Amino acid sequence: MNLEQGKILDQVTSNEYKYGFYTDIEIDSLPKGLNEEIIRMISEKKKEPKFMLEFRLKAYRHWKTMKMPTWAHLQLPEINYQDIIYYAAPKSITKYQNLDEVDPELLATFEKLGIPLGEQKHLTGVAVDAVMDSTSVKTTFRETLAELGIIFCSFSDAVKEHPDLVKKYMGSVVPYTDNYFAALNSAVFSDGSFCYIPKGVRCPMELSTYFRINAFNTGQFERTLIIADDESYVSYLEGCTAPKRDENQLHAAIVEIVTHESAEVKYSTVQNWYPGDKEGKGGIYNFVTKRGICKGNNSKISWTQVETGSAITWKYPSCILKGDNSVGEFYSVAVTNNHQQADTGTKMLHIGKNSRSTIISKGISAGKSQNSYRGLVKVLKTADNVRNYTQCDSLLLGDQCGAHTFPYLEIDNESAIIEHEATTSKIGEDQIFYCNQRGIDTENAIGLIINGYAKEVLNKLPMEFAVEARKLLEISLEGSVG
Amino acid sequence: MLEIKNLHASVEGKEILKGINLEVHVGEVHAIMGPNGSGKSTLASVLAGSNTFEVTKGSIHYLGENLTELPPEDRARKGIFLGFQYPVEIPGVSMVNFMKTALNEQRKFKNLEPVSASDFLKLMREKKEIVEITSSLTNRSVNEGFSGGEKKKNEIFQMAILEPKLAILDETDSGLDIDALRIVAKGVNKLRNKDNATIIITHYQRLLEYIVPDFVHVMYKGNIVKSSGKDLALELEEKGYDWLKE
Repeated sequence: MNLEQGKILDQVTSNEYKYGFYTDIEIDSLPKGLNEEIIRMISEKKKEPKFMLEFRLKAYRHWKTMKMPTWAHLQLPEINYQDIIYYAAPKSITKYQNLDEVDPELLATFEKLGIPLGEQKHLTGVAVDAVMDSTSVKTTFRETLAELGIIFCSFSDAVKEHPDLVKKYMGSVVPYTDNYFAALNSAVFSDGSFCYIPKGVRCPMELSTYFRINAFNTGQFERTLIIADDESYVSYLEGCTAPKRDENQLHAAIVEIVTHESAEVKYSTVQNWYPGDKEGKGGIYNFVTKRGICKGNNSKISWTQVETGSAITWKYPSCILKGDNSVGEFYSVAVTNNHQQADTGTKMLHIGKNSRSTIISKGISAGKSQNSYRGLVKVLKTADNVRNYTQCDSLLLGDQCGAHTFPYLEIDNESAIIEHEATTSKIGEDQIFYCNQRGIDTENAIGLIINGYAKEVLNKLPMEFAVEARKLLEISLEGSVG
Repeated sequence: MLEIKNLHASVEGKEILKGINLEVHVGEVHAIMGPNGSGKSTLASVLAGSNTFEVTKGSIHYLGENLTELPPEDRARKGIFLGFQYPVEIPGVSMVNFMKTALNEQRKFKNLEPVSASDFLKLMREKKEIVEITSSLTNRSVNEGFSGGEKKKNEIFQMAILEPKLAILDETDSGLDIDALRIVAKGVNKLRNKDNATIIITHYQRLLEYIVPDFVHVMYKGNIVKSSGKDLALELEEKGYDWLKE
């Protein structure tokens, strides 16, 4: 790296976060702090049945016995859990049936985020559940989907309208005892999305949840539960943003997916939480537990994630491959710039015979950021003829960032075929010069090269999302290399 | 069109070009020959604006403008094209996307509208014929997995699309078999007209049987030591470069 480039590298500027605005709406929130009283109040606010309160309290009591884990390759600051507001909702939301009732300010917010909530505006055929702070604001296309027997609603509605399904599946993939943040979420989660695809139904549109943190000092703790019954299919998208703030905000979510026999769920995330400013001040702590179980034979779960936001990202979307011939996939692009940190990857737990998994992880580090891939492939004794292919690539932009790879293999069945490939590369000056010589300036050259590097993963995203993600990658790295 | 005066350039303090003088007018083809290490490729890189080398003295004027401070992308946009000796691979970036981006950047610079996708594909089809390049090649990532010959053809293909005013071809003939050489030469000849100019850098006379230069220059130890008409190339072929050392 010559001097000229080094200099421009230092000018990590113009990294403008587009979604950093704040919406001034009336908020109904509980006082700061966490105790049983607060949990009872959340449950009461949500008019929950008794089983939910009991679940929350059990989780809370368990959480109190736990300590925050420290094994990740992250510089974790102390989090004061008594200094967080656990419930904040745009006031007077009793779940809008009709769009006319929605606070225009709220509509404008989602409009600004590119998430129109008016169904007539939806030409792309994406049904949206919009969640602001602790509450689901509006779920579109509910009725259309209901005709096919598909349930797509906020988690709160599901608790009331489909308690049996919730009782049966909630915590079945990520029990509250699973980890520190799962316990915390189970105690205080306030909303999220619920989705059930009945037997033999192929969901005709993309389902998506859009999460927005708006209120001050508020943690966002949502839960998503997706159940795909036998021979069903759904593609699910998740997007998220937050205002620019100097304080860090905690986002600790849980996503659970269950696929029954021959069912398939494709879950795509474009995570764009506020990453903090270029000095590393502010930003979201994104500590999320995402896990799916391929319960039935021949079922499939596919995770695709594009991670560009958050001050700290700590998550491992995983698959429990219980069914025979089940398939788990994980495609990830994680970008870190400035002072961002990411420790992300996946776990593939092979239980079923002939189960297969693919892991493609592409890390891109710039600025002074740290980017780690951590992945576990575990093959149990029972699982004959397992195949796994793992490829994890790291791309470094500059010489002040770090890329780390922590692969774990636990293989208890000799018939398994496991492949692991890893590369670390830098964007070559010769590549940039080649682009320059064709008339492409350095900024665009980097964008081009990055998108080429991440192509395998971006191609897995649904079309509209892929375009967004490409732009996002370029914006996230704007000004990071000369 | 191009006027190089007393050009000195160095890398990491080591001087490679030691006072080059060269004038190229529109419609001309110049061949620069010389033994390995004489500074031919350095001259090509310096003209294109590579920041690996530092210009320590002298000037390069192109269409009346001093180039020495101009970044490489602006030189390209003003019509300077370098055919690389070792074209780099850019994994995952399709040739179509790469060339469309390049062409549109150059058009933007000239205040022209970007080309539409369909017009661009038409343009690609047209230009592919010039270098007898197959469709599958343009659907692949930039130079990734291309053979040596394919890479060189691909350079000429890019030149055909960008239609530069001044093309500098750095050892485009090296590593080519005779068929590929003929195709590359044919491409260059087709693109040649009275409004552009070409500088061909080569080690061997072979290429000059197909592309007839107006002038031949011999470089040695960072300087042009002899300039003459096309017959000089034949003389070099016969005598080799050893006489230079005398």
